[in-house]
Amino acid sequence: MSDTLKIGDKIFSSRLFTGTGKFGNHNIMEEALLASGSELVTVALKRVSMDGEDDDILKHLNHSHINLLPNTSGVRNAEEAIFAAHMAREALQTNWLKLEIHPDPKYLMPDPIETLKAAERLVKDGFIVLPYVHADPVLCKRLEEVGVAAVMPLGAPIGSNMGLKTLEFLQIIIEQSNVPVIVDAGIGAPSHAAAAMEIGADAVLVNTAIAVAGDPVAIATAFKMAVIAGRMAYGAKLGSVRAYAEASSPLTDFLN
Amino acid sequence: MFGEIFETHNWDETLVSIYAKTATDVQRALGKSKRDLEDFKAMISPAAAPYLEQMAQLSNKITQKRFGKTVQLYAPLYLSNECQNICTYCGFSYDNKIKRKTLSGAEILQEAEFLKQQGFDHVLLVTGEATKTVGVDYLKNAIKILRPHFANISIEVQPLEEEEYKTLVAEGLYAVLVYQETYHKDNYKTYHPKGKKSNFDYRLDTPDRLGNAAIHKIGLGVLIGLEDWRTDNFFTALHLNYLERKFWQTRYSISFPRLRPASGLIEPKSIITDKELVQLICAWRIFNEELELSISTRENEFFRDNVIKLGATAMSAGSKTNPGGYSVEPESLEQFEIDDSRSVAEVEQMIESKGYKPVWKDWEKFTITEKATS
Repeated sequence: MSDTLKIGDKIFSSRLFTGTGKFGNHNIMEEALLASGSELVTVALKRVSMDGEDDDILKHLNHSHINLLPNTSGVRNAEEAIFAAHMAREALQTNWLKLEIHPDPKYLMPDPIETLKAAERLVKDGFIVLPYVHADPVLCKRLEEVGVAAVMPLGAPIGSNMGLKTLEFLQIIIEQSNVPVIVDAGIGAPSHAAAAMEIGADAVLVNTAIAVAGDPVAIATAFKMAVIAGRMAYGAKLGSVRAYAEASSPLTDFLN
Repeated sequence: MFGEIFETHNWDETLVSIYAKTATDVQRALGKSKRDLEDFKAMISPAAAPYLEQMAQLSNKITQKRFGKTVQLYAPLYLSNECQNICTYCGFSYDNKIKRKTLSGAEILQEAEFLKQQGFDHVLLVTGEATKTVGVDYLKNAIKILRPHFANISIEVQPLEEEEYKTLVAEGLYAVLVYQETYHKDNYKTYHPKGKKSNFDYRLDTPDRLGNAAIHKIGLGVLIGLEDWRTDNFFTALHLNYLERKFWQTRYSISFPRLRPASGLIEPKSIITDKELVQLICAWRIFNEELELSISTRENEFFRDNVIKLGATAMSAGSKTNPGGYSVEPESLEQFEIDDSRSVAEVEQMIESKGYKPVWKDWEKFTITEKATS
């Protein structure tokens, strides 16, 4: 049985989602994205030329297996996000949306209140909504209830490459979720991606770690392999880590 | 308001404390993951000079992590050189006998057309201070004219009232650059003897008014060359820290304008060497990892080419500093001399040769009120 991932109406065979920001060169970006095998690629709407001209980023994403996931980066509240979503749908001809609302331009922390408000409305407007949120289990359930297609909790501050700093919360989210869980932000090394997959994440989203690597194409390949390995390990049921020791002087021996 | 915090700091004591920093202070600052104002002092102090290469490596890494291998390109668009202020270092100074010019709506469009053809989508509007001809209504109209043509509009003009900023923000204004020039309050008056700009305190509290008006971005900086650059930059950092806490939804940028020769003006009192300017840029980056750092065409080609990897995130290119300088009236007098006169295409090529990607558009105004059909 093939291990595919279904989100909304789409089936993905790759569980590595990628982004298009921060690359020093669009040819390298294209090569790296192809090497990653990624079938879902985020595009910041604010970076795309909206006046109908040939956009340089989009030109490099024109491959049949690549689906675009426009993001709302740059918006500060639900109202702006909803406006941006409709703009994206019109400009990029897709109802898929990575909903990200960060009123704080320094750490780009997602606003949970505005995100929930916008998600509810956008689902009603017919969007496939993938919200970027803190690793907050209750928020993820609330988003699920309003009909989002997946949740995207962060592993660490965006662009920080720090790994799964929110591990305990991600595990709760994964345990409770009825929609796919995509770990987004903070994944800085293939080992982080593998770790996320091992705990049962449905997919990971990686951008900075690929874009600013010395060799983006090689690192994209490494991420691809790490995600496959992590997923396989999850499916194979890892042996449990023994959190206790076998004492040499047992305390319950007297019971025997 | 920042003025209250500013009053609790003394210029001379601050200067002494910066020069008293030691190698140990610098090492401690570089070893931390979050740096405070004392660390910033250490990194801009003479004691940090031997650590320049380490600082540059660190700065390069931090910048790439946040901004990637990209450089935002923008163009200044000078709308007017009319000015009622006397500023002893500025080519537009009231007492400077030059031909004054303020662009009409049609001329603004003509200049805009030229910049669009070059590829620009971010534009910085610049004026002197002549409230009768270039007041808030003029600026509002200019933004209205330019809004359909540019994704991102910033201004560098006289300080305005909070309500006036609100009007411009509603019109689609993204950022305001307002440099204090110097935080040396006593000497500020000697550089700005006449005109509204001579009011130090009004200028000092301008970023507060901008924050209250919910502007997206505020640009800070001092004119390097007026007073001790280390002390002036410390005060800028103090100002920034205050603003970041108070207006946490606002983005910030810092610039490092060096006093450039302009016709009939003063010589710099405090000279900053290229090495020191690199130290300053790296110190800012390491101090505040998310800050936008901007380098204008005041700097020469060689310096600009090399500073891309050191932490700069935004650059102007192909700039003209005279109203109408792009296509309306290319021969008129400039505000200051440009030191990198390469074409936009040449600068773009240079950035790409460094392995970086020039970014033309990084903003979209996602609100219903704007983008009149055009």
